[in-house]
Amino acid sequence: MAILIDQDTKVICQGFTGAQASYHMERAMTYGTKVVGGVVPGKGGRKHLGLPVFDTVAEAVAATGADASAVFVPPPAAAGAMLEAIEAEVALLVCVTERIPVLDMVRVKRRLADSQTRLIGPNSQGIIAPGRCKIGVMPAHLERSGKVGIVSRSASLTSEVVEQTTEARLGQSTSIGIGGDPVYGMSFVDCLELFFEDPETEGVVLVGEIGGTAEEEAAEFLRSHPSAKPVTAYVAGLYAPKERRMGHAGTVNVFGKGGAAEKIEALRAAGAHIATSPADIGATMRRALKN
Amino acid sequence: MNLHEHQAKAVLREYGIAMPEGANAVTPAEAGQAADNLGGGTWAVKAQVHAGLRQKAGGIHLVSSLEEVRRIAADLLGSRLITPQTGPEGKVVKSVYVEHAVGYTHELYLAALVDRSASRVSFIAAREGGDNIEERVASEPGSLLHLVIDPDRGIERDAALALARKLGLNDEQGEQALAIMSATYRAFFDLDASLIEYNPLVVANSGDLLALDVKMVLDDNALFRHQDLEALRDEDEVDPTELEAQRFELNYVKLPGDIGVMVNGAGLALSTIDLLKTHGGEPADFMDIRPEATRDQIAGGFGLLLKNPKVKSILVNVYGGGILRCDTVAEGIAAACRDGNLKVPLVVRAAGTNCELARKVLVNQGIPAIFADTMDDAAAQAAQAANRGGG
Repeated sequence: MAILIDQDTKVICQGFTGAQASYHMERAMTYGTKVVGGVVPGKGGRKHLGLPVFDTVAEAVAATGADASAVFVPPPAAAGAMLEAIEAEVALLVCVTERIPVLDMVRVKRRLADSQTRLIGPNSQGIIAPGRCKIGVMPAHLERSGKVGIVSRSASLTSEVVEQTTEARLGQSTSIGIGGDPVYGMSFVDCLELFFEDPETEGVVLVGEIGGTAEEEAAEFLRSHPSAKPVTAYVAGLYAPKERRMGHAGTVNVFGKGGAAEKIEALRAAGAHIATSPADIGATMRRALKN
Repeated sequence: MNLHEHQAKAVLREYGIAMPEGANAVTPAEAGQAADNLGGGTWAVKAQVHAGLRQKAGGIHLVSSLEEVRRIAADLLGSRLITPQTGPEGKVVKSVYVEHAVGYTHELYLAALVDRSASRVSFIAAREGGDNIEERVASEPGSLLHLVIDPDRGIERDAALALARKLGLNDEQGEQALAIMSATYRAFFDLDASLIEYNPLVVANSGDLLALDVKMVLDDNALFRHQDLEALRDEDEVDPTELEAQRFELNYVKLPGDIGVMVNGAGLALSTIDLLKTHGGEPADFMDIRPEATRDQIAGGFGLLLKNPKVKSILVNVYGGGILRCDTVAEGIAAACRDGNLKVPLVVRAAGTNCELARKVLVNQGIPAIFADTMDDAAAQAAQAANRGGG
């Protein structure tokens, strides 16, 4: 079992005919993902990558029975695309689009709260269940089916963690990039809940970074689930200057919140196994699983 | 994108936010004329730079003659103002804002911002505003009040009035606070702000609420739908190297050290900097290459590292994957070094897609790179090289 997706997940792609979408969806299909079609307003009735294109998500869902959508729509229309998919009751959205206006995401998040839809991202590398399904833009050559769940705010660091957990012969049950934006869908806590329920997942790697309070909220969740599976945590940005925005990683919040040291301390106090170096994440997870 | 105080006030005045009358000036004569036009007997002359804590740094003066307005404006204009938020080099004052000085009995704090943990816009407020707000809130965490706004409902009268009461305001001032919050919330969404902060929001001697200082930050990701606001961008406020990096679509932040750093991905870049520090190195920058970066953009970015006279070694850490291939990065580096201008040790750690090819590209083009297998080893070597170079 993986979480959220498996070999039977039927995936459509919004913004299907774009260059990036085409490139990554073709790779997903090669990987074995069941891609069943795409949505591009005004291009309904055509074929792309040998699959049907629809004008609306509702039409695509009705015709294909899709239960997940990969959103590759450019920033000005991305929120509208997500709202349409929520309206069509798609179970899982994976949004890879970067640079979506944050107040658009406030609106999307409001609609998510009233729906059954789960959103991964935006600004996410996606989700992968090794050997079964991949929705997103991550490389997939190092992933091996296994027992570690990965939930990460950083795409580039996820590659490191995948490589290390594969080398440590642990493999991954599911790897999720929750994205680097300030307002986003599934949180660390949402993913931890699912990983703790998943019989295949024996331990979880959590990769955080400066900005926001998602790591502190994860720590709070761990504190209330003390007997659950071992969690290894790494937080990047210990030496980042406080007043500057570092790429997508947020500035430290107003009034001192959001620093890496506070996050690491909160996670440590909640019983997480802290990797102090990004090079030690796999080894830390392996040690935690042996105990 | 940050706005100057005078820009933010002009924008927010349209929304009916109560503020003292004022005008912006770029010469002492203009400042004097502005004060004369405003009338009254006392004025505040305020240096316009993108930084807070201006008062203690000598950037804000209260004066009571037109002659003094001109003299203070002459002193400020063209000078470098150094506040705790400008960095040690300070910022050049290019204009001054002249406004009616307002007597007041109390300083409050009020701000609207994108609240990451609520995924909504929130107001935060405190009974004691002013320059020391951060320290005061840190020592007394309960003193910061929060009001989270449901985007489906907007500002709700009862909740806003309750917040006003907690700020110690009377009923009439509560109505004014409600009006300010409603207008601010409307402006926030209309203009795609990420922060609108009034510090202080004062209770004037008349009893009315007035926004004395305004800080406003706009969401860069939404500027595509606000061409008029984009025009307010003051490029002089941005470090010239950072401005150049923006042309290459790189996320770049200048840091005080001597090791040039180029990494793909913000998270990996942050941890590369962390590793450098643990090995005793001092990064000169944070540079995050986007996955779609072209060879030319990477060459441009690498050129910025080469141009920095403080740089004693360079560390490149790339994990190829998705669209980004290590050989593209190598080609970019080779292009930037073509004129033999690589004078410092270059440590490269390349992993993932086409990492072998990247090595080959650098070796074939005669770039004397030191190859490291892990990011830890790479950081250690770059730190050692810089520290040796420093003697």
